Amino acid sequence: MSAPAASSSEPNAPILRARAITKRFGGLVAVRDVDLEVPRGGIVSIIGPNGAGKTTFFNVVAGIIDPTAGVVEIEGRELIARPRRTWLEAFLWVTPAVMVAVIALLLGVQGSGESGILLAGVIVVASLVTTLLLAIVRPAWYQRGIARLGILRSARPNDVVQAGIGRTFQNIRLFQNMTASENVLVGMHLRLKSNMGDHLVSSRRQRREEEGAARRATELLELVGLPGREDELAKNLPYGDQRRLELARALANDPILLLLDEPTAGMNPNETAQMTALIGRLRRDLSLSILLIEHDMRVVMGISDRILVMDHGERISEGTPEEVRRDPRVIEAYLGTSA
Amino acid sequence: MTGAQQPSNAPAASGRGARAAASDFAGRHRSMTIIVGLAVIASILPLIVTLPPFSSFSPQVIWIDGFTNAGVFVLLAMGLNIVVGMSGLLDLGYAAFFAIGAYTMAYAGSPFGADFPGNVFWPMLLIGAAVAMVFGILLGAPTLRLRGDYLAIVTLGFGEIVPLVILNSSKFTDGPNGIGGIAAPEILDFVFPTVGNPWPFYVTMVALIAIAMILIYRLQDSRLGRAWSSIREDELAAAANGVNTVTTKLLAFALGASVAGVAGVFQSAKLTLVSPNLFRFDVSFTVLAMVVLGGMGNIWGVAVGAFVIFLIQNVFLKQLNIFFDAVQMPFFKDVDFLQYQFLLYGIALVAMMLLRPEGLFPSRRRRRELHTSEDAEFGEHGDPLGASPE
Repeated sequence: MSAPAASSSEPNAPILRARAITKRFGGLVAVRDVDLEVPRGGIVSIIGPNGAGKTTFFNVVAGIIDPTAGVVEIEGRELIARPRRTWLEAFLWVTPAVMVAVIALLLGVQGSGESGILLAGVIVVASLVTTLLLAIVRPAWYQRGIARLGILRSARPNDVVQAGIGRTFQNIRLFQNMTASENVLVGMHLRLKSNMGDHLVSSRRQRREEEGAARRATELLELVGLPGREDELAKNLPYGDQRRLELARALANDPILLLLDEPTAGMNPNETAQMTALIGRLRRDLSLSILLIEHDMRVVMGISDRILVMDHGERISEGTPEEVRRDPRVIEAYLGTSA
Repeated sequence: MTGAQQPSNAPAASGRGARAAASDFAGRHRSMTIIVGLAVIASILPLIVTLPPFSSFSPQVIWIDGFTNAGVFVLLAMGLNIVVGMSGLLDLGYAAFFAIGAYTMAYAGSPFGADFPGNVFWPMLLIGAAVAMVFGILLGAPTLRLRGDYLAIVTLGFGEIVPLVILNSSKFTDGPNGIGGIAAPEILDFVFPTVGNPWPFYVTMVALIAIAMILIYRLQDSRLGRAWSSIREDELAAAANGVNTVTTKLLAFALGASVAGVAGVFQSAKLTLVSPNLFRFDVSFTVLAMVVLGGMGNIWGVAVGAFVIFLIQNVFLKQLNIFFDAVQMPFFKDVDFLQYQFLLYGIALVAMMLLRPEGLFPSRRRRRELHTSEDAEFGEHGDPLGASPE
């Protein structure tokens, strides 16, 4: 919801801009100082040998792990950053309770007898609980409020989805025991607006919304090449179709940017070609921007506008497919130096 | 959705077609089906127990009273099913919310507590649910980062803490003596009798179960229910698809707890007495066993499972004692079968896991989950972040 507003304020901002992302796991630097831009409507690929930090970088962008340093902006809006001044937030949590306690003492609660003290205690505890719950649930206004105090908490995965990023996983993570259409409907979660009241009275608004969502799920399944498979269990689909279904689920939220983690891993050449064609078609038809990790050089060279090469967590090269192909450092990373 | 495709193969087998049509109807008019179904069951049960051999066990009023007590556990099992069956969060301390609901009613309706004048039972059903819900959120909040075994341990701890706090803060709860003299419900000027005539409580219970069942079914079919099952299937993937796992899990805890709160209010009004030993771990365990045996995730299955288990525990075992006493069978007449109910639970659970792991009345989804060959891989998605650093 807030994503379009941000884009109108900065129309020429790239869809995704990652600046100096670093992620340390203890002593291991999985990603070091990686910059990346995905232009509107572009396809950018990340390649690199195993253990180069590609998936870690992905998980940072998707909000699943917090970066150790660096910032990710989506349409010019800073979404992911290293948490800052979180200790201040802890003070914030106790402030209302302390204030209530102080006010109660100023009003002379200690002289008011047992029930007065009890009442004051209940109010203090209640205000503490309320603030803690706010901090857990983190509604948007709370987040904006603490951001004004300079407290920065990194976005949760669902905030990232809300901002318009959809993703697939390297090892397929479908909801195995749900049907294909249910999988897509979960992907639509943030687009559906029915609330608890609608659920409980099973309102007409909800029914209309659910019908529309089911229709949209059918369309999406057709789009990725799974027509008529709505009621099939995700785990009963063949491998290639599971990848397609995951793509449909990622598209269900109407993303502006798709993160695809090895979309053709484990596919045969025929399936790979189909998937490549599908990705190209998605970009054209839905004007999506795509960031993908891929091992298959034919796929990468075929569809990417730009390629980022990583090795040992660092960016070793970036450019168009032609430039990357000729870069000696890339050849070295993949083939080793000549003796 | 599935119903829409049934008519095409209906002519092939008219018997199956009729069943499909019936289930289609039930799908579209679920609330109606629940009300009619429960009404039929609730009116048949009192008739059955007047027939032999049931009539020889105990008089009808005792049976009805037993059914009402079973109803409390049906409610509890349906509530726990939201947490365990639908969202996949193992909760071993569910009795705590039951206790909280019961003590809320006890405070409002007894001379020991506030003793509000008038008819407090009906509003307290809602207030008890709300209070239990608040505690459900309080328990849920710190456990949100935990999964599986760790969550089970924390909830187990909570389930122990609540009765212990009640037991030891004698000033506020009268400790082990419990709180007595809780006002019975009234409608207009009719006060529900706590002995003699069990019918008012029975009817109230059936109504409560019907309401709870309708609401839980609606939740299950909604966007929220889908989010719950997505969390059960794969939490990381759910988060990556926009499900706010924090609030969704909190809601599961809160709504599950609120059902237990209602059951607690009912229980304390019916017994007119609450004491901490009514809410010990065995209650949590019994309810969990009911959910597992009944068929996790299936609302009707869990309800029926709870009912059957309660009856076995409280009627069948007692009758075994009486029977073996009467026929004077050596050895068996000296065995107190009631003492062995947990042994029986254990055996039943082990047998169930071996023979029919999806429960007696499985949900469609559970059956798929447990009866397919190639799911060795599924369930192994264990790495805590799914973010294996390559």
